[in-house]
Amino acid sequence: MAQENCSSSVGIVQPSDYLFEEELPLDCGRSLKGVVIRYETYGTLSPEADNAVLVEHALSGDAHLAGYHSAEDRKPGWWDDMVGPGKPFDTNKLFVVCSNIIGGCSGSTGPRSIDPDTGRRYDMDFPIITIADMVRAQERLMRHLGIRKWFCVAGGSMGGMLALQWGVSYPEAVNGTIAIATTARVSSQGISFNWVSREAIMNDQHWLDGNYEEQPQRGLATARMLAHITYLSDESMNHKFGRALQESPDSNYVFAFSKDFRIESYLAHQGSKFVERFDANSYLYITRAIDYFDLSDCADGNLAGALKPVTTPFLIVSFSSDWLFPSYQSKELVRALLDNGNDVTYCNIQSSYGHDAFLLETESLGSLISSYLTNLPWEPPK
Amino acid sequence: MNVKFNNNEIQLQRSDLAAIRDMIPEKAHILDLGCGSGRLLYALKTLKHAKVMGVEHDQQKILECAARGIPVIHASLDAALTDFCDASYDYVILSRTIQSVQRPDIILNEMLRIGKRGIVSYMNFGHINARIQMLFGHMPVNRNLPLPWYNTPTIRPGTASDFKDLCKTLDIKICREIPLTNEGDYLRRLAVLWPNLFASNSIFVISK
Repeated sequence: MAQENCSSSVGIVQPSDYLFEEELPLDCGRSLKGVVIRYETYGTLSPEADNAVLVEHALSGDAHLAGYHSAEDRKPGWWDDMVGPGKPFDTNKLFVVCSNIIGGCSGSTGPRSIDPDTGRRYDMDFPIITIADMVRAQERLMRHLGIRKWFCVAGGSMGGMLALQWGVSYPEAVNGTIAIATTARVSSQGISFNWVSREAIMNDQHWLDGNYEEQPQRGLATARMLAHITYLSDESMNHKFGRALQESPDSNYVFAFSKDFRIESYLAHQGSKFVERFDANSYLYITRAIDYFDLSDCADGNLAGALKPVTTPFLIVSFSSDWLFPSYQSKELVRALLDNGNDVTYCNIQSSYGHDAFLLETESLGSLISSYLTNLPWEPPK
Repeated sequence: MNVKFNNNEIQLQRSDLAAIRDMIPEKAHILDLGCGSGRLLYALKTLKHAKVMGVEHDQQKILECAARGIPVIHASLDAALTDFCDASYDYVILSRTIQSVQRPDIILNEMLRIGKRGIVSYMNFGHINARIQMLFGHMPVNRNLPLPWYNTPTIRPGTASDFKDLCKTLDIKICREIPLTNEGDYLRRLAVLWPNLFASNSIFVISK
């Protein structure tokens, strides 16, 4: 069993599904019926329900945060380094929850789910959702789990946007926030990458206006390759691949358009792996939700104004080589929090891994998270 | 790094930090520029129930601040002070740091924009030991100034008198001056009379 192999693993875990009885209203004006949320939990909820932490996943993540689904499972959850007994999110003390966002394709209601009104898949009839809609769905899960207030909400990349949105949407239900490699408003550059990704999918002849039975493989793989480049950095790519050729180091160029450089082959591999696990329509909907994310919208563009109701301590982390959500965007957030008089700890971790550093710089990041959670005071819900 | 700090942690070894600790009133709002690993702020938070915030550029020290539960912003003092609002702190502390920034004059003005008062702990290059070394033709290297000129972080050496002159130029009031000496300095009693010659370090409380 996995638990025996690694003493600090949460071991074997099972996902659960929560079906909403009531419709979920959305920012676009429509609502969703019969919403299902897929989630996993680790550790034990205290009788006072004062130790619950919500961890938010990134664009292509899922509810499987840590541990293994079976004894044969080789691959642990996506943030297994951070979650478990004695780890930064210490499951000996904390009750950790991770749920798949609505719009996703890993168990929660998304564009490939069946519309209860028509009995057919939503596909492109699925309503446009926002980060705030995803949080609204999670708030129902929170109440379902018997939690009135999260000890902390944490996330990286898009997960960081959800963590920030939680405080603004439900300030009374958040005791602390950890926002990693993220932004309070997606920049023009961020929107551009998402646009090109969606163009690649929607221009694939197999996309069929979203009504495909088989994934639009080329489009989705191209979208993923583009996105993957934005997760790396010039330095990390040079270090890992340089100009190395696919065949052998001393062979000459093939003088053709086939994969010649190793980086090309690596990206193609990333693209085709992604097609096996992620749905193209979900990719469209989630990237759109990211584009629409601007925390300051509710305060006429004033970020500090939007964050005013959130009086809790924050941990903000950026990475020096992240060019998808560069550190200036975290600093903008820090500045707004300082304006409001929040306790903030901000670290721009020196790293060459680019945006992906939030999954790789486990030592420095783990130390910051562990310190933050250890020192975070609990303010009981009113 | 679930470090639990014991009472030793609030014992400050450096005499300038102990002096600063003693002058801070209960529950004051404190910003420490160049807060290092957060020892002073930890003592102020624990003993004086101060609301504290640090600024530090060294990543390792930021991790240490976080382990102490001290909120800290990762930033260089030459760049980031515009992040802080006007009059948002009671005291802004700059301990043995003013001589390590590009523009000490700018940072003094910034301190008094952000805080009602500033506390500057200043290494005195006018101390008699330093003067003797200069007399023999060398930049001072001694117990208080341990590093040679080419790799010392004190890129703006100056004397206590130079500091006072700068305050005058900037229209900054010196509310209090506390000359400090080292244990065992045979001339330490003279520091009160003639700080520019006998204090190795001086603390200035300043305001506009």
